[in-house]
Amino acid sequence: MNTDDILNSVKNKFSADVLDVFKKSETRAIITIKPESILPVAEYVYKDLELRFIIATANHTRKGFEILYHFTKDSIGSIVNLHVVLPVEKPEIESLSNMFSATNWIEREMHELYGIVFKNHPEPEKLISEGNWAEGVYPYRREFK
Amino acid sequence: MVKKTLIPIGPYHPLQEEPELFKLYCEGEIVKDIKWETGYNHRGIEQLSEKKTFDQSFFLVERVCGICSTSHPFAFANAVEEAGNIEITNRAKYIRSIVGELERIHSHLLWVGLAGHFLGYNTVFMWAWKYREPILDLFEMISGNRNSYAMFKVGGVRRDIENNKIPKIKETLDKFKKKNDLLVGAVMDDPVIHARTKGVGILTKQDIIDYAAVGPTARASGVAIDVRKDDPYAAYPLVNWKVITAEKGDVFAKAEVRLLEMYESISIIEQCLEGLKKEKEGEIEVKVKNIAAGWGTGHAEAPRGEVFHYVLTDGSNSPARHKIRAPSYTNIATFKKSCIGQTISDATISLAAVDPCYCCTERMAVAYDWKTGERILNGNELIALSAEKTSKLKNK
Repeated sequence: MNTDDILNSVKNKFSADVLDVFKKSETRAIITIKPESILPVAEYVYKDLELRFIIATANHTRKGFEILYHFTKDSIGSIVNLHVVLPVEKPEIESLSNMFSATNWIEREMHELYGIVFKNHPEPEKLISEGNWAEGVYPYRREFK
Repeated sequence: MVKKTLIPIGPYHPLQEEPELFKLYCEGEIVKDIKWETGYNHRGIEQLSEKKTFDQSFFLVERVCGICSTSHPFAFANAVEEAGNIEITNRAKYIRSIVGELERIHSHLLWVGLAGHFLGYNTVFMWAWKYREPILDLFEMISGNRNSYAMFKVGGVRRDIENNKIPKIKETLDKFKKKNDLLVGAVMDDPVIHARTKGVGILTKQDIIDYAAVGPTARASGVAIDVRKDDPYAAYPLVNWKVITAEKGDVFAKAEVRLLEMYESISIIEQCLEGLKKEKEGEIEVKVKNIAAGWGTGHAEAPRGEVFHYVLTDGSNSPARHKIRAPSYTNIATFKKSCIGQTISDATISLAAVDPCYCCTERMAVAYDWKTGERILNGNELIALSAEKTSKLKNK
């Protein structure tokens, strides 16, 4: 298996959900998908293709809230990122933590730093801001002129 | 009916180098549930990095962790160089790997010492930390600092390891190897250490995959992942070495992986030193004019596991977004699996087994009554409890 095989199998299985595929190098790629399809695509990548979840990166840009879910296939040293863009007005996405525990902390962290809502999170408690941060203030949000 | 108890460990506790609160919910002696509070150390480093230039950010990410202070610059350099499509010289690659492996040795020794202390084996603690000193002295010779070496920069390293320093490094490693044989023998052949660590804090392969645990924690459960092998960087593809794994997933397996990894590190350093001799002195960096807009994902194998950095660049001289994931971030979450069902006296060593690093993730332990919330034991008492169990086993 190589990076192309991973990209092609995701593209073929989820042709309606994949918006864009960008292969940067032999071992690095980004697959942009519709936010509502994150659960089935991530499940396929994690369970069928057996990729390991590394971490997720949220970012506030002019497009909205972007999340990159970094997955890796260790046997070939490949990092494949699932990319979603959420609207600023309603930043909501399904939580992956019911599928595997590795996203439990980072989803809570992204909620506290950016205010992104992860629906159906199994443990929606505060992780890093317990007791010492103001409510409703999301420190990593940006202001655009 | 058995009385239920809550044991808090932290936020400030000798078990841990940094603040974090663990709450062990106990029924009699058995841990039934574990919860934690983090955030005591959140320093906003990801956002600070966006305000600094790439060169300045190296000094910042070096301070993410005090123990493995090179692993973050290593991953950051990999990420920025991937974004900027920069290929560094062989000499710089060798120097990076030497620093990375020396750090693995000193960090594993630190862990072995602390694990010995938690078990009530202060001789192991004193030996391990004594043998660690000459390694730190090597760092002082190479970089001028015993910790936070400031060796890395975009396009190479800041300081050369001149050829006249090679004999001294080799001599220190030869001496250390003999001492390490003693230490490994003392830990691996001791029946009491076997009794205290075998079958304790077990993580299965499925737990590792579920929590995405990395490093020695994963390798001790038979998951052979190591970024140095899987996605080779620096000089690791240029030298011969093997990934150490164990199958049992208990505390002993984690100790075994770390102890044997030190021999691999010594071997890697020796081969890198030979490689250095073939390269021209002084060729330690390539000139980097600018980093084009784009992104880079860099990872590096720190002593505790994979460090991951994602850098988004916009063509300016600082990152537009910088994400840092330390190995303890995923490893600490495995406590839910490794501690539940253990006795309180085994909980300390189970917590310590993943070598959790709070400055990386943020941590601590105390016991509360399950129903009343009344405080029962503090960290010192927990360590004393663990030491007591060891001395009982010794006397048997």
